[in-house]
Amino acid sequence: MATKAALAPPNNATPDATISRRGFFMKLGIVFNAFAASIVAVPIVGFLFSSITRGRADGYLSWVPLGKISEFPEGETRLATFQNPYVMPTDGKTADTACWVRRIAGEQFQVFAVNCAHLGCPVRWFPQSGLFMCPCHGGAYYRDGARASGPPERGLFEYPYKVQNGVITIQAGELPTPGAATALLSGQPPCAAQKQLVNIEGAEASVDSRG
Amino acid sequence: MGIIAKVGDWFDHRLQLAAPVREMAEHPVPRNTASWWYVFGSAALTIFVLQFVTGILLALVYVPSGAEAWSSLQALNHDVALGWFIRGMHGWGSNFMVAIVLIHMVQVFLFGAHKFPRELTWIIGVFLLLMTLGMAFSGQVLRFDQDAYWGLGIGASIASRVPILGPAIVRLMLGGPIIAGATLSRFFALHVFVIPGLLIGFVCLHVLMVLKLGINEWPMPGRIVRRATYEAEYHALTKKDGAPFVPYAVWKDLFFAAFIILAVAASALFFGPFGPTGRPDPTIIQTVPKPDYFFLWLYALLSLLPPSLETPVLLIGPVVAIAGLLLLPFLSGEGEKSWKRRPIAVLTVLLIAITLGTFTHLAGFMPWSPHMNAWSSDPVPDRYIHDSSALARQGALVFQVKQCRNCHSLGESGGQRGPTLDSVAVRLTQDQLIRQVIQGGGNMPAYGKNLSPAETTALVAFLETLHPKGQAPARDASRDVALSDEKDPGAKP
Repeated sequence: MATKAALAPPNNATPDATISRRGFFMKLGIVFNAFAASIVAVPIVGFLFSSITRGRADGYLSWVPLGKISEFPEGETRLATFQNPYVMPTDGKTADTACWVRRIAGEQFQVFAVNCAHLGCPVRWFPQSGLFMCPCHGGAYYRDGARASGPPERGLFEYPYKVQNGVITIQAGELPTPGAATALLSGQPPCAAQKQLVNIEGAEASVDSRG
Repeated sequence: MGIIAKVGDWFDHRLQLAAPVREMAEHPVPRNTASWWYVFGSAALTIFVLQFVTGILLALVYVPSGAEAWSSLQALNHDVALGWFIRGMHGWGSNFMVAIVLIHMVQVFLFGAHKFPRELTWIIGVFLLLMTLGMAFSGQVLRFDQDAYWGLGIGASIASRVPILGPAIVRLMLGGPIIAGATLSRFFALHVFVIPGLLIGFVCLHVLMVLKLGINEWPMPGRIVRRATYEAEYHALTKKDGAPFVPYAVWKDLFFAAFIILAVAASALFFGPFGPTGRPDPTIIQTVPKPDYFFLWLYALLSLLPPSLETPVLLIGPVVAIAGLLLLPFLSGEGEKSWKRRPIAVLTVLLIAITLGTFTHLAGFMPWSPHMNAWSSDPVPDRYIHDSSALARQGALVFQVKQCRNCHSLGESGGQRGPTLDSVAVRLTQDQLIRQVIQGGGNMPAYGKNLSPAETTALVAFLETLHPKGQAPARDASRDVALSDEKDPGAKP
């Protein structure tokens, strides 16, 4: 009873005026912990989100050689593989990436991601019918990557490429996804925007590779 | 006996747990809740414990590294004694857990147990369901094979569609720019530390609330839940017509728990572990990725939605569904509990069950996916080319070589993406066939650039022979007139 009586007055009477020494230290302790927590939170949050904010102007993208252009016959579409430029020791085989290389003529190429623009399943090229087909939800694309049918809302993702000294090089390094596939921080798209839905009657130039 | 009692006393003097445990065990429950309908909650807990144990056992061998996970699973399957069985138990356990949690949820909903004062128990249950699904998905990722790899790609593609934040979410989810070692590591952390930790905490809260608030009484039509009176009524009910939980009701839980454990073990024994399928090598593109059983409905939904609706449904659908589940006890916190007086509740459950069941069934044979090998593996049935002209036979060849078969079935083999063509000649005239082949349309690609005029002519000649005996092919009557006027101008080059 005596302790209760002793504790009661500060609560009932003006609370701000009388703050006990111990109460003050407890509050100071809480403030001190909040300070410590916010200091430690900076590296923790930084670590947690480090995969998003890579401190490079072009994000994860690099120019990757695919091989001599002589390996890609004109008018044909071939599967090429490359190792992702950003590799971790535990990646194993998953660092390898495949892409479809279409050599239109000379040094004119189209390099497509294997990932379907719908949900990223690997599309397969059928030279006989000139179509890329997706095994998952049935998306199909024409030889120039334009959407032919099925659920995809756009054509295949295309890597920017350049040909130097007879070697084709593409800018790659990030999984192409259908959302705003543009890299958030670099402002540079990992895959150049692809022409939307090319109509068969459309005047888009495409070299017929039959035969 | 004396020694055991003494040891027990020694411990209890320090732990002081015997009294609360006895109180918990003997708390009175309404007599008619000692029913087989009330065993699913404890069954879910049983499987959770089983998953916990088998999961720890698997972690003794499993290596969460992108480079080695797959081979460590092979070692578990083939080299480590009984590794296959433990993997089977864990994999089947996850299927059982998802199923039992869903059954538990349906039972709770139909018995009105989400109503006052058990709203929070329901809400925590919703989080437990989400965590169970999270465990199921992350577990599928840890089985680091082709399905896991491309499944992650699908997850990333869905996440990327979130406005503005999409690409950041993808990088956060993958732990880097691509699906690789870091991705597996973070799903391992989720599956083994984060979600199980949360699950343990939430399960404890869930069970604690069941004990504190009492098990939901058997719903009687006409017995209305009111906030003001319910608790007193429930108290009176357990006093008047109650029985101690142990042993009056618990024996059914015990029986069912043992049955479930044996069922999981039997499934593991007879059907074995799941996968792993092919090595997670992204350069092997000859793969048909498919999610595990509990996400097949989603797989079907993603194939069947019109493209324009997909992103809104994917992003808004889950939010609406989860919000609906969380708000349910507040929207219907009082009133009738019995399913006999809640027709909309029953119909909702039936509708959802039938929808999910139908989608899952459809995903079993994937009518929307082309059969990638049909063109080279499924021959044109003999009867379709018997007695046909050389041109039509050439057309049958074109039909196969141009992969038409991948999407169109003939004689019940081939893809089902497009319509089956066994009687296409009855549906389309020659002109319509030519137009369809060349221009495509209705979800069919245009083949104009990939067929020479000769190939188109042959193909259409073959398609025109595809009609049932005694049923004439479709014919454009006006064409007869037109052709009789000019002398077949198309024949000359």
